[in-house]
Amino acid sequence: MNELLLIVRRSLSQHALSTVVTAFAIALASGLVMSVFVIQQQTYKAFTGGDVGFDAVLGARGSQLQLVLNTIFHLETSPGNIPYTLYQEVVKNPKVDLAIPYAVGDNYQGFRIVGTTEEIFTKFEYQRGKKFEVESGGKFFDSKQKEAVIGSFVASQTGLKVGDVFQPYHGLIFSEDAKHNDDYKVVGVLKNTNSPSDRVIWIPIEGIYRMKGHVLRGTGENYKAKEGEEIPDEAKEVSAVMLKLKSPQAGISLAQTVNNQGKVATLAFPIGRTMAELFNKIGWINRVLELVAYLVVIVAAFSILASIYNSINERRREFAILRALGAKRTTVFSVIILESAITALIGAVCGYFVYLAILFATAFIVRSQTGVIIDIFQFDWILILTPVGMTIVGAIAGLIPAFKAYRTDVAENLIPIS
Amino acid sequence: MVLSVKNLRKSYVSPDGENQRVVDVPNFSINSAEQIALQGESGSGKTTFLNLIAGILQADEGEIWIDESEMTSLTEAERDGLRAEKIGYVFQTFNLLQGFSALENVLLGMSFGIGADRNYAEKLLERVGLADRKNYKPRQLSVGQQQRVAVARALANRPKIVLADEPTGNLDRKRAFEALDLIREICAENGTALLLVSHDQEILSKFEKVENLANINRVESLI
Repeated sequence: MNELLLIVRRSLSQHALSTVVTAFAIALASGLVMSVFVIQQQTYKAFTGGDVGFDAVLGARGSQLQLVLNTIFHLETSPGNIPYTLYQEVVKNPKVDLAIPYAVGDNYQGFRIVGTTEEIFTKFEYQRGKKFEVESGGKFFDSKQKEAVIGSFVASQTGLKVGDVFQPYHGLIFSEDAKHNDDYKVVGVLKNTNSPSDRVIWIPIEGIYRMKGHVLRGTGENYKAKEGEEIPDEAKEVSAVMLKLKSPQAGISLAQTVNNQGKVATLAFPIGRTMAELFNKIGWINRVLELVAYLVVIVAAFSILASIYNSINERRREFAILRALGAKRTTVFSVIILESAITALIGAVCGYFVYLAILFATAFIVRSQTGVIIDIFQFDWILILTPVGMTIVGAIAGLIPAFKAYRTDVAENLIPIS
Repeated sequence: MVLSVKNLRKSYVSPDGENQRVVDVPNFSINSAEQIALQGESGSGKTTFLNLIAGILQADEGEIWIDESEMTSLTEAERDGLRAEKIGYVFQTFNLLQGFSALENVLLGMSFGIGADRNYAEKLLERVGLADRKNYKPRQLSVGQQQRVAVARALANRPKIVLADEPTGNLDRKRAFEALDLIREICAENGTALLLVSHDQEILSKFEKVENLANINRVESLI
């Protein structure tokens, strides 16, 4: 075995350039395969299995998926509003542990402004046992004031800090022409939560109602809030009510009531299943990515085959000498297979760097776009199986060159027959 | 007797499709530690004869006894094994492995037979005067030094017989005689038989026993 490794080592160093190029191709293939599978699983897990703090979302009649994307992940447009009175009913429902209203429709530099109640800070747990906390020097907003508490990502991207004043923009997409004439003062910056909430600006829900230009249609007729005047509850609307339920059975029962019997609202429950439906719908993208990854593996395998096959002609004399020294045909065969497998293994190990680079980039993009965190250091069996698989693919790719080396005619390649 | 050849025949199919016999040796033998020079012109079939003895080529007919093993009855893998254990081969063009150091070349000469023995390999290189060049690659050595590495490698597996095919053909006169003396001395020291093929009369004249291949091979020269 030692002599085989010595021969392989020398051969790889003698053909260093082609070894490096081939290993690089393998590294790309290996890194791509690992990334595709891990990203698939991690994003699925992050979007469907993560603890989002709420069990269900009550919103306007329509798509549950749109409701979840809009309220949990702060993506997509709002499917519409529901009357504030519905929120008041839900709060009193004995199956509901916590109900927090959301009112959306404004942004600041593209970051979503969510009008809500103080309960989002005092009662809501974004993860089991974890409530929002403000960085030192800050506080939660006073629901009677035009105050805002901003997520950590918003703070880092916009430069807003405690004491700064900003004016919201109408709509969920930033447009310079849509500025509201309302000044909001930043009173707190939330500590990083590694959740979509990091991308949100929280203001009192009353602020949304009283934002200049906003019209409330809770009664079916347009109502504009006037300064110093109480807004009747009937006129108010909310985009959604975020629910923490007392039990899973409560969710099933509530969903039955709202979705099957009611006509006004939709209850998205359970949230994980709703997101899983999204992944099922876009599952074909994963299949395409897998196919691309497999194609890259095949190309990489051919690059091993071509690289070693091309070197066989110039190495025939070497094989003949080895045979003349007593090496068996199978030894020469093994040398080539080992060489292919080791090249693939080197590439596959380097593939971890490609994998980490892709995952870092993906995690950054996913986080900046959605606030969802992908754990790039999470162990997955694919991280073991891929290098092993690539090594086997490498060994298989070496079969054709190995047979060519196996058939090397010793006498012919040593000296001409006299 | 370390080598005994009986009724050995080998033919090739010519480009015209005809069977062309190149070796037809009824009888040939070498005793242990004996040194024989085989005189043969180009095209006389001397390399084919050596390759048959080494088991690199398979004979059509006849017997080749190496020590106590009959080469022609063995499978190719068994012939490889026998060659690795009992035969050393020195080539005219040295046939050193270019990517390997002098020491590694010698170690590889051992590894398929008795197994790599670094101390013995270093001792052999010291014996051929290359102790300080053991880590040099062939291209960093002179032709004379390369041939000395080839000699050390041929002796590395403590063979029963060394086959040398025009081992001095690529050397100038001075180095040719140095190399010849070295091969003969080391074979004598180790009790190894030597069968050296050459067409150089000066080289042949150094041997007590010289056989003319034309006399033992019943095939006419191919050229």
